[in-house]
Amino acid sequence: MTPTTTRGWDEFMEGIWKQNPTFVMILGMCPTLAVTVSAENALSMGVSTALVLIASCGLVSMMRNITPKEVRIAVYIVIIATFVTVVDYAIQAISLALYDALGAFIQLIVVNCIILGRAEAHAAKNPPLPAMINAAGMGVGFTIGLLSLGVVREILGAGTLFGVSLFGAGFQPWVIMVLPPGGFFVLGSWLLLFSWWEKRKPVKEAMDEAKQNV
Amino acid sequence: MSETAFQIFVNALLANNFVLAMFLGLCPFLGVSGKLDTAFPMGVATTFVMLVASLCAYGLNLLLSAFHLEFLRLISYIVIIASAVQLVEMVLKKYSPGLFRALGIYLPLITTNCAVLGVALFQTAREYDFVQSMVFSFGGGAGFTLALVLMASVRERLQLSNVPDVAQGTALSLMLAGILSLSFMGFAGLGG
Repeated sequence: MTPTTTRGWDEFMEGIWKQNPTFVMILGMCPTLAVTVSAENALSMGVSTALVLIASCGLVSMMRNITPKEVRIAVYIVIIATFVTVVDYAIQAISLALYDALGAFIQLIVVNCIILGRAEAHAAKNPPLPAMINAAGMGVGFTIGLLSLGVVREILGAGTLFGVSLFGAGFQPWVIMVLPPGGFFVLGSWLLLFSWWEKRKPVKEAMDEAKQNV
Repeated sequence: MSETAFQIFVNALLANNFVLAMFLGLCPFLGVSGKLDTAFPMGVATTFVMLVASLCAYGLNLLLSAFHLEFLRLISYIVIIASAVQLVEMVLKKYSPGLFRALGIYLPLITTNCAVLGVALFQTAREYDFVQSMVFSFGGGAGFTLALVLMASVRERLQLSNVPDVAQGTALSLMLAGILSLSFMGFAGLGG
């Protein structure tokens, strides 16, 4: 692998693992909790956000040398709003049912802090290609975050996955999981799991070392 | 729409609380709810921005519909909200510099508070008239303040209690929010 491809890969992986927007940076919470009642909604929301993210980061990066510093945030917002409008109309044309399910949250992608954060922190300082690779990584990371919530909530709350029934007719759905409190509980549990895992790592390493010394 | 103003208000305040039932404005909800002293002013400032934004959005929507420019709605709403936030910032800076410093970075961040944009978008989608829009945005703002204050009070108490290391931080806040949200579900159907 040449150095440039390694760097591109690192840029891409950053958003998926080290700086995962959902689990590490806790950004973009509103759509994360609101639309993840089913895996299908979660996936479409993730993909739409990723598309807006890649397109706006690309454009912000291309315009980075001609954008005056004082009005940069306003410029970013207008760029993002433009792409969100495009995605909004596209989803309406592709699937009206999906459009109704996601509701106002497609338009609310505008105020998703992940996109503005990426534009300001990365795209404004880097050439278009790395900026778009980084944005793609963030988008995929966000989609993974949404999916991990949507899958759990759909299985527990409705007994289905992508609309396919998993259990027999005897399954009593845990309705609270698809209602608002379920969103908070499932995300809280994921964060607990990750923090437990983080805490456990040093302890385990220390124990392995101790065993070797004995 | 046949909803009365009172029903809209109660719905926005309790039954469909913006934060706990509709998941709008979660970033400030998790970010500023650490201390009661900042939570309340933050809620009031957001409510004010919501009222101004809702007023402007209502007028703007009439204008855009008259010229069939609905596709510009999102872009113009966000510009309006940004200006409203700027206005609140200037007023606060002049009349209450202490509060201005206390709110710090969270004040400009009201621009990206989805509850504010949410108010403007929902009132358009539900075709509320002028009075309904104002009542809706006031109820939403009051509900946001209520959720913020409740959360801040609980978190202030939690600082004194012994929490397991693993649960420290955002995970704990989310669990708390879940329990609050669960209790707010008791209001469902209140607004008829």
